Amino acid sequence: MWRGAYACPVLDQVYLDHAATTPTRPEVIAAIAEQLAVGGNASSLHTAGRAARRVVEESREAIAAALGCGPSEVIFTSGGTESDNLAIKGTWWHRHGEDEQRRRLIVGATEHHAVLDAVEHLVNHEGATVDWIDVDPLGRSDPAQVRSLIEQDPDSVALVSLMWANNEVGTVQPVAEIASVAREHGIPMHTDAVQAIGQVPVDFAASGADLLTASAHKFGGPQGCGVLLARRDAALTPLTHGGGQERQLRSGTLDAAGIRGMALAATVAIGSLEEEQEKLSALRDKLIRGALDLGLDIEVTGAHQVGDVTTRLPGNAHLRVPGCDGDSLLYLLDAAGIECSTGSACQAGVPQPSHVLLAMGISEDDARGALRLTLGHTSTDADVAAFLDALPAAVERARRARSASRSSGSRGAAARSGR
Amino acid sequence: MRVVAAMSGGVDSAVAAARMVDAGHEVVGVHLALSQSAATLRESARGCCTIEDAGDARRVADKVGIPFYVWDMAQRFKEDVVEDFVAEYTAGRTPNPCLRCNERIKFAALLDKAIALGFDAVATGHYAQIVEGPRGRELHRAVDMAKDQSYVLGVLDADQLARSFFPLGDTTKPQIREEAAARGFSVAKKPDSHDICFIADGDTKGWLTRRLGEQPGDIVDTDGTVVGRHEGAFAYTVGQRRGLGLKVPREDGAKRYVVDVQPKTNTVVVGTADLLGIDVVVGEHARWCGEAPVGELRVGAQLRAHGQEFAATAVAEGDRVVVRLDERARGVAPGQSVVLYDGTRVVGSATITVTDRGLPVAQ
Repeated sequence: MWRGAYACPVLDQVYLDHAATTPTRPEVIAAIAEQLAVGGNASSLHTAGRAARRVVEESREAIAAALGCGPSEVIFTSGGTESDNLAIKGTWWHRHGEDEQRRRLIVGATEHHAVLDAVEHLVNHEGATVDWIDVDPLGRSDPAQVRSLIEQDPDSVALVSLMWANNEVGTVQPVAEIASVAREHGIPMHTDAVQAIGQVPVDFAASGADLLTASAHKFGGPQGCGVLLARRDAALTPLTHGGGQERQLRSGTLDAAGIRGMALAATVAIGSLEEEQEKLSALRDKLIRGALDLGLDIEVTGAHQVGDVTTRLPGNAHLRVPGCDGDSLLYLLDAAGIECSTGSACQAGVPQPSHVLLAMGISEDDARGALRLTLGHTSTDADVAAFLDALPAAVERARRARSASRSSGSRGAAARSGR
Repeated sequence: MRVVAAMSGGVDSAVAAARMVDAGHEVVGVHLALSQSAATLRESARGCCTIEDAGDARRVADKVGIPFYVWDMAQRFKEDVVEDFVAEYTAGRTPNPCLRCNERIKFAALLDKAIALGFDAVATGHYAQIVEGPRGRELHRAVDMAKDQSYVLGVLDADQLARSFFPLGDTTKPQIREEAAARGFSVAKKPDSHDICFIADGDTKGWLTRRLGEQPGDIVDTDGTVVGRHEGAFAYTVGQRRGLGLKVPREDGAKRYVVDVQPKTNTVVVGTADLLGIDVVVGEHARWCGEAPVGELRVGAQLRAHGQEFAATAVAEGDRVVVRLDERARGVAPGQSVVLYDGTRVVGSATITVTDRGLPVAQ
């Protein structure tokens, strides 16, 4: 159970997992509550329906203004996962349906599972093929590789998909450069910008991408709410069928309250972006510097330069602690009042070495000691200080725990059984 | 104390965790992910490592108000339990994977990790009792004999027992279910898990055959006459009667049982029931609760999980123990444990390597 600064002020856990979800802004909570009280179905033709519709359309305009697109390019969805699925499956179905030889997907190796698993589904069940875009040891992809992959056979490519910024290590990708390569060949480009919005400037039109995924709860809006930005000429086959809302691409009654909250959150987050970047990067630098200076052989993953807000997300610190299991660190820090993550959350709660770290060339063993600390709009100096205070004891203990649970012979499983 | 409550998602470990909290301990719930492919939903009542089970455990932890984590021990489980299971069957023995899991996972890997992380002990939903005796902690049978699991805990040494809690040992299973319902646990009516958790459909023979491939061989009578064929001697257990598929009946019509499995020649030997009776059991890797006994010791010997207890005399010989039963027992399979009791108290255990009929055993 997550306890946010607003939700439960009694418990003062230090929250350093803003990439998982960031606290809903208080003004957003108020706007959602107000809209829920008003009600109305935005598809209804009567007065209440028109009122709800107006809220939805004003929100659409606000989001379009915040993200650099036209209002008609905003498709409301239930969040990042749905947007990614609609972008990838919807494009593949449409383009492969138009021309059977378009069966190839060119996709980043460090994408979120919402992209990876959608791609995997198309490969396993619908005859798609995939070429992976590699990353260098800092997590960055090379536009030249994308060009070479496309130019092997441009007519066979259905879609290029590369995330704006990575959710685990915070590396910002050269989306605009890759979009322009794709555009040369008339191939649509999708980018998952879930982690980028509110952390770095995101301008849909300027990026040259055809499709962009965003999720409200990563920038102070409600969970269960997101958008897919889709250029007017982006051709998609819908995932769901019904009332024909959202350009026939996403049927279903519009969540007017959530949409209103999301629009307000976007406006606030983008409006304060520059100050936020400055604050977050200063905290991040303090956190990373402080962790490296503890003398515990901790390493930082990806590029890190003080004050940098262009190659790494200002709110992301990703550390690797040799000789530890991330889940032990997570438990010990949680018990010490610090909430963080080992990387990407996973359904069964079973930690697996991160595909992102493995793609960056980090060994499986090294990847197990991963710790992701992510900062957001409620973060303070005190949060960073509390983390740095708690870290040494946690590392020391986690290292003992690993040697205990790893060696079969420690307390003598092998010796004990004698076999 | 700071205690890890191992929570499988079943009713027993749920109540055990709640009782530890009631007793004033600082408790953290831990679900062990033991399956390499956890992303499966439960296919049957068996097993304890599906997403659904982890979810059930999590809901109980929420209700009890304790933190909850999933610890991945799939690799250790595979190496120490599953592969051991396969190796034992391959060698013609009949292993007990639950016992092995207790020995190497729950009260080794889990306990070691917990202690390193700053915990003092592990609590589980096993039906057994720990009693503070004059010579330290003693392991005793549970009050509910139908559910008693002291047999699969007999491998624990004094050090492990000192760091273990079995809060259910003084209660019967129906009472535990009632208590779970009274506590509002969603798992109160969840069916018991049984058989082997990593063989979802309960078909051990099929599972082993998929792992090891078909290895056709002969089924022979005790005089060496071939009476049938099998798909792999590894799939047979001493004492087994069903599933032999013998085409030729005995002239006297007597039922035939597996009396020996010979992995070297891939041969299964069948014979009549009287050949199954044994009264000498030799166990290796003997473990004693306290000092090893000197001279003859009168004990009750249990030879399989939930099996009956036989009056016997045990003699310790270094790492071995020789157990002479007062009367013959049937269908005792090498690879199983012999657990020795004094009343309800576990005095020791060993892995059965040899069984025999009244022949003198080398002293």
